[in-house]
Amino acid sequence: MTLQLNLNKSFVFPFILFSNKNFEATLVVLPAYLFFSIKCLKNHVNYRYTLLSCVSGVDFNASTYRFAVVYDLISLDFNKRIRVKTFLKEGQLLDSITVVFVNANWWEREIWDFFGIFFNQNLDLRRILTDYGFEGFPMRKDFPLSGYFELSYNSNKKRVVSNLLELSQEHRLFNSESSI
Amino acid sequence: MKLKKKELTKSVKNFTINFGPQHPAAHGVLRLILELSGEVVEKADPHIGLLHRGTEKLIENKNFLQALPYFDRLDYVSMMAQEHTYSLAVETLSDLKIPERAKIIRVIFLEITRILNHLLAIGCHAMDVGAMTPFLWAFEEREKLMEFYERVSGARMHAAFIRPGGLYADLPFGFLDDLYLFVFQFNTRIDEIEEMLTSNRIWKERLVDIGVVSAKHAVDWGFSGVMLRGSGIPWDLRKSQPYECYSSFKFKIPVGNSGDCYDRYLIRVEEMRQSLSLIEQCLNVIKKGPVKSNTCKQVSPSRVEIKNSMESVIHHFKYYSDGYSIPTGETYTATEAPKGEFGVYLLSNGTEKPYRCKIKAPGFGHLQALSFMSVGHMVADVVTIIGTQDIVFGEIDR
Repeated sequence: MTLQLNLNKSFVFPFILFSNKNFEATLVVLPAYLFFSIKCLKNHVNYRYTLLSCVSGVDFNASTYRFAVVYDLISLDFNKRIRVKTFLKEGQLLDSITVVFVNANWWEREIWDFFGIFFNQNLDLRRILTDYGFEGFPMRKDFPLSGYFELSYNSNKKRVVSNLLELSQEHRLFNSESSI
Repeated sequence: MKLKKKELTKSVKNFTINFGPQHPAAHGVLRLILELSGEVVEKADPHIGLLHRGTEKLIENKNFLQALPYFDRLDYVSMMAQEHTYSLAVETLSDLKIPERAKIIRVIFLEITRILNHLLAIGCHAMDVGAMTPFLWAFEEREKLMEFYERVSGARMHAAFIRPGGLYADLPFGFLDDLYLFVFQFNTRIDEIEEMLTSNRIWKERLVDIGVVSAKHAVDWGFSGVMLRGSGIPWDLRKSQPYECYSSFKFKIPVGNSGDCYDRYLIRVEEMRQSLSLIEQCLNVIKKGPVKSNTCKQVSPSRVEIKNSMESVIHHFKYYSDGYSIPTGETYTATEAPKGEFGVYLLSNGTEKPYRCKIKAPGFGHLQALSFMSVGHMVADVVTIIGTQDIVFGEIDR
């Protein structure tokens, strides 16, 4: 798949696609230009998207560009929102935007924790929501809902131990064919 | 004996203490690693995730209707505000319009929820700081409000009342009369709480000039809701990006000017009064009518319809067994939850399950600024700052 860069006049940085479905402005940029785009959107006098409200990761495990990272920005001055998306292959790095938005740190930590997307230049990329010593990336589509381990209290050892998960019944996935 | 220079100076190391995860002032299961110099905080590192339940993963494995009750369980003191955001997101994706009465009932319950949340926020904040009485008074009022929840949905907290396409059911008989009686007496209750706190010397000594956030910093840290307004930015999604019928009501947005904990307390009190006035306005304009959209594929048919038409029985069965699919698309829907901007990034791929449902919890954004807000303050002030941020772990850990 080749990506056509759109050097449109309306934005001062290169982007691939712009859509305004449901009146929600969405911008797709290449990972290499993401940092620059976010920086422009924040500081350029015409945009002023000064507040980063949320960063989310998405796993499209069937496609070449497996992950999407989605940034939601608000411009308090113009009362506008914009969504900036970028698509990554598995194992590809993405530049951290913590220099531009300090609060991106925890969102990036969360995406690292859940999807295993590594953020370049993020100085504090620890796991955040999963347990201490957790392995794997739970929000990836190939990670089972039940996980691999279960915790229980062992009264002999006087502590919580983790064992391999044993389900008495296989996890059932309902869909329109199987649910009834 | 000659003293060496090395013996004269003593090397001092910062003291690191562990705060929580089981601490009444941690508002749940917050574990803080505090680096102290004397009693002054040098650095605070919150360790979260002790209440992580994998809500987003679970939602991906449920259909659109089954995903709804998870939203009650996120921030378990502002339940309906969150199911409302999710319902709005689903409605945006499937282009559902809801009737006027449903909108007004939604606003009533959103404002009840706001009062519910702020009562807890102020009550618990006061208790953290050392005042017991307002907490008890606030909880008595919360009890009445949760009774309203119970009357419409059967559940005191996890209501699942606001659903995509409208509401679960219409209001029970006599509900609005009782709500009016509540509104009538509640202003005095706020006055009583304010009498205890607003000019209380201890309360002011603990709150004024603690956790000061400038307007620039509030934006940089991505604050929303009371945290943003406390720093003097008049930003309220109910006004700036109105949803439901907020644009037709009159209400004011209280804004702080010094950005400290005391300002945020005053804003919460004033927001309760504004919510009260909003409920009153709703009571004046509410009219009879349907409370659900009439698209039978995405809304459960009423009891009467089921008894009279076979088609409705089929719809009812399909609705509760298979669920419904909504068109491919994505949306980031955000509303003004009591704690700040609560957002749902919903991605649908045309099946009956959400492909991805990212939950933007306001508390998550606020808590990461805890270190910034508490540096230079005493250990006891960290508790004040946690209180003013109105932390609830259900939404932060998800």
